[in-house]
Amino acid sequence: MTPLAVSIAGAIASFTLVLVVLELIRSHRLRERYALLWLLTGLTLTGLSAWRDGLNTIAGWVGVRGYPPAVLFAVGILFILAVLLHYSTVISRLSDQNTLLAQRLALLEQEVRVGATDVR
Amino acid sequence: MSDTLATAAGAAGLTGLAELRRVAIVPALNEERALPGLIDELRAFDPGLDVVVVDDGSVDRTAAVAAAKGALVLRLPFNLGIGGAVQTGFRFAYEHGYDLAVRVDGDGQHDPGQLALVMAPVLRGDADIAVGSRFAAAGPGYRSSRTRRVGIRLLAWVVSRIVGQRVTDTTSGFQALNREGIALFARDYPHDYPEVEATVMVFRHRLRLTEVPVSMRERGGGRSSITALRSIYYMVKVLLAIFVGLFRRNVVPQEDSL
Repeated sequence: MTPLAVSIAGAIASFTLVLVVLELIRSHRLRERYALLWLLTGLTLTGLSAWRDGLNTIAGWVGVRGYPPAVLFAVGILFILAVLLHYSTVISRLSDQNTLLAQRLALLEQEVRVGATDVR
Repeated sequence: MSDTLATAAGAAGLTGLAELRRVAIVPALNEERALPGLIDELRAFDPGLDVVVVDDGSVDRTAAVAAAKGALVLRLPFNLGIGGAVQTGFRFAYEHGYDLAVRVDGDGQHDPGQLALVMAPVLRGDADIAVGSRFAAAGPGYRSSRTRRVGIRLLAWVVSRIVGQRVTDTTSGFQALNREGIALFARDYPHDYPEVEATVMVFRHRLRLTEVPVSMRERGGGRSSITALRSIYYMVKVLLAIFVGLFRRNVVPQEDSL
């Protein structure tokens, strides 16, 4: 059985994550698009921490016998991996777009310079 | 009423239109087939209407086709999504001092022949933003997938409750805006699936929004940017944005931050 203190601490910590994410969206520091995965992480962990019977049952399913809260770690790590992978795809897209912007700027600048000398 | 007159006579029936600098903002993603006809229709409706096509990173000849028809073309270096593309148009309209802007989607589902209806409330000074709604009146009805319709209805219900005014079509991009509306959207415009959040934003800034019944056409080409799975994601995202937005003071960046 999961110790009560672990459940309480886990629930408080994960719910704090949810609140922090909501506040970041509210203050325009985090876009909804990137917040959804974090919210899902926070809500899932809050749910698993608070729903003690559920955590035990799931621990049984995946063969965790001795210490059910290990499932919390596993789920948490899984979500963190998902967030990181998502960020890798975002960074890849941003760096492609950055390259494109630099190239377009160079071409534009050349055109502007040619235009400026033509006028004279 | 002048509304019915306007429908029949196109732009000529609209009083006060000729004195205004006016622009049509046309976001387009791979719409080389629908655009030429659409631009012709816009010109036929009102020859004094400047047409700005925002090419949102198309891979076909969208930009070339639009330029050949004499439209101004803003070519984005990569796909920004509909929100970013449309806002590019609003920024253009704002910086070039336009008094009236209409937004007409590049896929041809918005009929330029109905622009008079959408413009009328703004021209009369009754609204800062007028939106063409598919559901505002009982009519032939809008044909779409069932999930999409349910989604649209749900969003309309949520938004109506929040803004305290009946809004039937929060996803319509068929709009006319005065200078105040242009200025607001040039400063701040939502991303991805923007119309729903934009509707709430309009009310929070105390601008007046009016819906006008219109019918929309089948898409003229290209493909919708919203697929089935995506619409669920958008649904969640938009509801989250609206919910969080309720706890936000309606402060937007000032004009000089443009």
